[in-house]
Formats: sequence, structure tokens, C-alpha cells
Amino acid sequence: MAPASVPSSAFEYAPAPESRSIVDIAPSYGLFIDGEFVEAAGGKVFKTVSPSTEEVLSEVAQADAEDVDRAVKAARKAFEKWSALPGSERAKYLFRIARIVQERSRELAVLETLDNGKPIKETRDADLPLVAAHFFYYAGWADKLGHAGFGPDPRPLGVAGQVIPWNFPLLMLAWKIAPALATGNTVVLKPAETTPLSALFFADICRQAGLPKGVVNILPGYGDAGAALVGHPDVNKVAFTGSTAVGKEIARTVAGTRKKLTLELGGKGANIVFDDAPIDQAVEGIVNGIFFNQGQVCCAGSRLLVQESVQDELLDSLKRRLSTLRLGDPLDKNTDIGAINSEEQLTRITSLVERGEAEGAERWSPACELPSSGYWFAPTLFTNVTQAHTIARDEIFGPVLSVLTFRTPDEAVAKANNTPYGLSAGIWTEKGSRILAVANKLRAGVVWSNTFNKFDPTSPFGGYKESGFGREGGRHGLEAYLDV
Amino acid sequence: MPTTAPHALADVTASDSTLRRFLHGLPGVDAVGLEARAASLGTRSIKTTAKAYAIDLAISMVDLTTLEGADTPGKVRALGAKAVRPDPTDRTAPATAAVCVYPDMVAVAKEAVAGSGVKVASVATAFPAGRAALDVKLADVRDAVAAGADEVDMVIDRGAFLSGRYLKVYDEIVAVKEACGASARLKVIFETGELSTYDNIRRASWLGMLAGADFIKTSTGKVAVNATPANTLLMLEAVRDFRAQTGVQVGVKPAGGIRTSKDAVKFLVLVNETAGGDWLDNHWFRFGASSLLNDLLMQRQKLATGRYSGPDYVTVD
Repeated sequence: MAPASVPSSAFEYAPAPESRSIVDIAPSYGLFIDGEFVEAAGGKVFKTVSPSTEEVLSEVAQADAEDVDRAVKAARKAFEKWSALPGSERAKYLFRIARIVQERSRELAVLETLDNGKPIKETRDADLPLVAAHFFYYAGWADKLGHAGFGPDPRPLGVAGQVIPWNFPLLMLAWKIAPALATGNTVVLKPAETTPLSALFFADICRQAGLPKGVVNILPGYGDAGAALVGHPDVNKVAFTGSTAVGKEIARTVAGTRKKLTLELGGKGANIVFDDAPIDQAVEGIVNGIFFNQGQVCCAGSRLLVQESVQDELLDSLKRRLSTLRLGDPLDKNTDIGAINSEEQLTRITSLVERGEAEGAERWSPACELPSSGYWFAPTLFTNVTQAHTIARDEIFGPVLSVLTFRTPDEAVAKANNTPYGLSAGIWTEKGSRILAVANKLRAGVVWSNTFNKFDPTSPFGGYKESGFGREGGRHGLEAYLDV
Repeated sequence: MPTTAPHALADVTASDSTLRRFLHGLPGVDAVGLEARAASLGTRSIKTTAKAYAIDLAISMVDLTTLEGADTPGKVRALGAKAVRPDPTDRTAPATAAVCVYPDMVAVAKEAVAGSGVKVASVATAFPAGRAALDVKLADVRDAVAAGADEVDMVIDRGAFLSGRYLKVYDEIVAVKEACGASARLKVIFETGELSTYDNIRRASWLGMLAGADFIKTSTGKVAVNATPANTLLMLEAVRDFRAQTGVQVGVKPAGGIRTSKDAVKFLVLVNETAGGDWLDNHWFRFGASSLLNDLLMQRQKLATGRYSGPDYVTVD
């Protein structure tokens, strides 16, 4: 054997791409209504592209108001039988779905990576295990609703209209559909226009699991379809995850009706690092907080608040760590940072970053080669940021971290809370009493300590202020789908 | 006692209390986060050319070891021959970094590897317990160095460390380093399994480096918990930070429990992404492992031929 050739840098990993051939994407997909794939009433279709290559993956039927009406009718009809089933029977279907998700997890992970642009490492190790876990968890609740603290016999609401975003297409679907079905509701769900494929594969899983027709309906489409769904008079419950602007519109639409509403909207999470923090682990948490899913996470820790006394040390460590991030082909198992989901989103990130520079913040990115096709943005760090900067106030929804400093715990809390949002926050300190004291003062739905972006079906998730209301996950997540 | 602490940190070792204050002022370690990071680096997928390179690199980093009461000159000579030429069927396989033996076997080992570039390391200082008077430990070291040892692996006094007598541990390392003279490099073994907390491992790493260790090493291989990805990652962070602060580069040697090529490659990923490429060389990183070598050789044969051979196609020395 010839001596192993020495790669150019000391240890250059060879590419390790996951196989694309394990997922079979059809050239076109219909809407999933009443257990069947059907064409859109208006005959319209749209293309879904892979953000890392700009390759067209498939053509998908585009729902309009007429399709929404068809789907809601199907769901209404299915509701009678589905809600009358004993909880233990509904649980069987949910367990079956969970097991099929696990069996097909590799295929779904590749699909999600192709359609969304996020690294296979994340779909494989985070998204898919959580999707299965949510179905398993809510399957467990289906026959125990009388013991969930909402009275002895809580009733389902009826037809749930659900609109989900493109950042975690399948996981957001699971967060919405699993509790809805467990509590006896039926569902019409609209996935985002840039990432409809995994929801359509999920429709196939519903059929594979023998789920009764009409219990789950999937309507790929644009905002107009979402608006039609939210405004449909026969929808009893609206659940939305997405931008704060759209959330406000939905709140206006639903106001004055008898519909129940939960909103999970934007965020500008503060990640607070005290001077006694475990620095190396805090750096990992900061990286995870803002670069997980290219920062396209509503609970991203996009504002780093560092105690001034450790600012230099922490920033040095952080910059060194960012230099080791691997950006590129999302199907490569060694990739840490994938593509931005769409051209539109890339434009938004770019313009906010330019604004940050124009307002005087200092921009830094590691040396990093961006692929020539697809939508890419290098991990970016802004220092010298103040509360008055746009990048410290507006949600960027991209791999961009703003670094601010503070001197005392009170100042940290004041700055962390000084935002219209309130979804997540992080605290890094070795002092347990400080974790409790600070966490109690933070106006955020989730506060992580010495960790970040940890999700679990058993723990409730949701926001304060402009980050929305209502909780998903855990026992609390049942309430949104029950008449209590 | 002469201080060997680098200039930037010279006053840290002025007294027991300054040393304690310094070591306890190091950033804490969050166990969950550390282990999560080590596990996530373990999922790096290493294929084809990178794997071939990594396997050869790992072979060149092995300290081939025999530390048994039953060691004989014959056994040590066989080990030396294997270190020089690990795979008799394939001359392109690189030599290992060193052979590691007890002090009384140094002369035999030295002769066995003469002219090959393979180093001879010796575990001196009342290995593995380290429970002997300082004079005895120093005599052990001098004996090994006089017999030609290129490297000395010393164990620290864990009892003194755990009872907070850091200066005693420091002074011992300084004395041993002095006994090594200019010719032998010093590896300081912490026995991380007995230090029990990650905070202690970070403190011990800095203590060892302040005292002039050329290498910091996880364990003797004689206790239940030896090298793990997490404790090695932590020590790699320590050498990285130490160099940033003092300009002095120190090597790292995980020892015990690393048996497969897959494990070894994971450790190389830790080195690459934590301390960096400057440590990817057997002057700065070693594996204290013996059974590892045969697995590396079998993987190497697999890459060359496309077939798994079997344990009878590598030597058992």
C-alpha cells in the first residue's frame, strides 16, 4: 500500500456525504385531503428548491381558499368519529406514526436536509429523534386526559387549522399535530411554501399508519391559503408558528370569533455569560444558540450579554471556535453550517447586517469559503453593539450574533428584558443561586442554564409579549387543544 | 527550589496560597457540556484519504507499552522490534513513537530500538501508586535516565493533590523535571480517574504545566477509569490555553482504554478541533495504548487490500 497522502492542511477530513438515493422524491405532489392526494382546485402548482444547490426538487400543488374549504369539510366529517374514539384507540395510531417515523428517519432526515438546507447532522441527531419523541409523548397522554388537570372529561375543540414555518418543517408539524390528535381534534395543516416536502411525506406516513381519512389534511401553499385557513368559519382552533408580523394579522382575524388561538412568534433571545461561567462550555452554548440551523430559530440566543470582566477572554475563545465551524454541503455528515433557507431570507439577513455595519457595530466573520450556488451566509459576529442598534432589537433569523456587555446582574437582567420579545434566554454561571435569582427576573418563556437550545416533548415552550402566547409541549401543550 | 514556571505566571507559584488561588480561579468545567462536546466531535465522519492519514498518524503516536511484573528482557526486545517495524508484511507502516517500560528494562529497550528513532520511555517515580519518599522517586528517575531513557512518565501524588497541598505536588514535579536533565522529556500522569472531578483535572493540568511538564497524561492504565474523550478534550483545552498565555507548548497523552482505530481517530478529531493542527504530531500527542496498535494495523491492511484479515495477520508481541 502506498503511504497515505498527507492532506494539505494537517488533517483535512474527506467528504462524507449521506446518500441522496435513499429518498425518492416524486416530480410532483398534490394536496392531501380526506386521505387522498388531489390536485389543487385552481390547478396551480409551485416549485420547491434545494437551498444549497438551487436545484428544483419537485412541483407541488398550491392550495387556495376552495381547497381550504374542502379540507376543513373533510376534517369536520372525520372529527365526529375521531373524537368519539376512546383515548387508548387514538394512542394506538399515534404510537404507530411514531414508530414509522423512526423506521423512516434516515429517509426523512435526508429529505428535510434537501428541502430546508440545514445540515444532515441536525436533521439526523436533533429533528427526527424529537419528531418521534413528540408523537410517543402525546400518544402517552391520549388516554390520560382526565388526569391532566383540566377536569375529569376535557373535550376536544374540533377542527384545528395549523400554519407552520420553514425552519423546522417536520418538527413544527409534530409539535402541532401530535397534541391535536391525542386530544381528539382533527387537523388541516399548511406547511411553508419553501419546505412542503416532509409534510407531504408525513401524509404518506398517516396512510401507512391507517389513520382514518380526513383526520390529517395537508395543504401546501402560500400566505393566502394560510389566511383562508385562519379565517375559515368552521375552524375551531388556530395554531400558528412564524413571524410576529403575520401573528399580529392572525390575531386581528381571529379576534371576535369563538376560535381558540395560540401563537408562537419571533424572538431576540439573550444569552447571559457571567464572569464565573464555565468558559469553554459557554462558548459551545453560544455557538449552539446562534448557529444551530443557521440561526433560523425563533428561540436563538442572538444577543450575547457578556460580563465586561471576561469579555476579551470570551470573545477570543469564541472567534477561535467559529474558525473551526465547517460550512458547506448540508448532506456531508461533517458539515456544521448549511444553507440559508431561501433567497428572500438571505436578502433579509444581508440587509440587516449591512444596517448593523452602517450603525457602527464591528463585523467579524471567520475565513470561510462560500459555495458558488445556493444561498449562503458566513457565521457573523458583531461587537461594539448597544441596545440602540437595530441588530440588537430586530430579529435577524440568520447566523448573526450581536455581542453586548454588562457590569452587574441587575444590568444584565434589565438589558435582557429590554426587548419587545420574550421567548428564550440563557444563563451561564457556576453559581446555582445566581441561576435561580436571574431566571426568576427574566421575562422569557424558556430559560436555559449552562446549556442552550435543549428541546424535549415533556417541557412546555412558548413566549411572552410579542413572542406570542400559549404553550406547546408538555402537559401544558394539551390545554391549547382542549375545551377547558 | 528553582522555579520553572513560565515568566508570565512566575508569581503564581510563590506560595501554597497563591497557587491555590490561581488554580481555583481557573474557569469551571460544566460536566454535561464537556461530555456533550466530546460526543459531538465523536460523530465526525472520517473517510478514505483522511482515514488512511489518520491511521498512519495514530500508529506513529503510539507509546507501545509493557508494564508487568513478569516483564523479561525477551519480552521487551520483542516489543522493541515491533515498535520499529509494526507490520512485518508491510514496510510502509510507520514506526511507533516509543516503547514504554519499567526503569530496569530501559537499557534492554534502548538496545532493541537502537538507530530507529523510536524513543524509550520509562515509568519512574514509584509507578503506578506514587507512594514513596521523594528521594526514592528521584533515584528511580535518575536510574532510568542514566540507562538512556528519552522520556520519563511520572505519577503525581494524588493524595497531596486531593488534600489541597498543591505546592507539594508542584515541588515534586519540579524536582523530577530537574532529575530528567536536558536529555529526557517529562510526562506527568494525573490518574484522572482518581481525581474524580473535571475541575480537578483542569487544575492538575495547569499545575503540571506550571511545573514544567513536557507532556500531560491522563492515567496509568492501572485503574478503572482511564482516558476518556471528555477528559482528553479538557486537557487539550488546557494546553491550548496555556500556550496562548505563556507561549509554551505542552503535549498531551491519553492512556488506557483506547483499543480501536475508531476510538483513536475520534481522539485525533478532538486534537484537531480543540488544540489545533500544531498538536497533530507525535512530538505533541501520544496514545498510551498497546492493544490499539494491532487494531490500527488491521484497519490499515483492510484499507490496502479491501479485505479484513484477522488477528493472526498481525503480531502478538
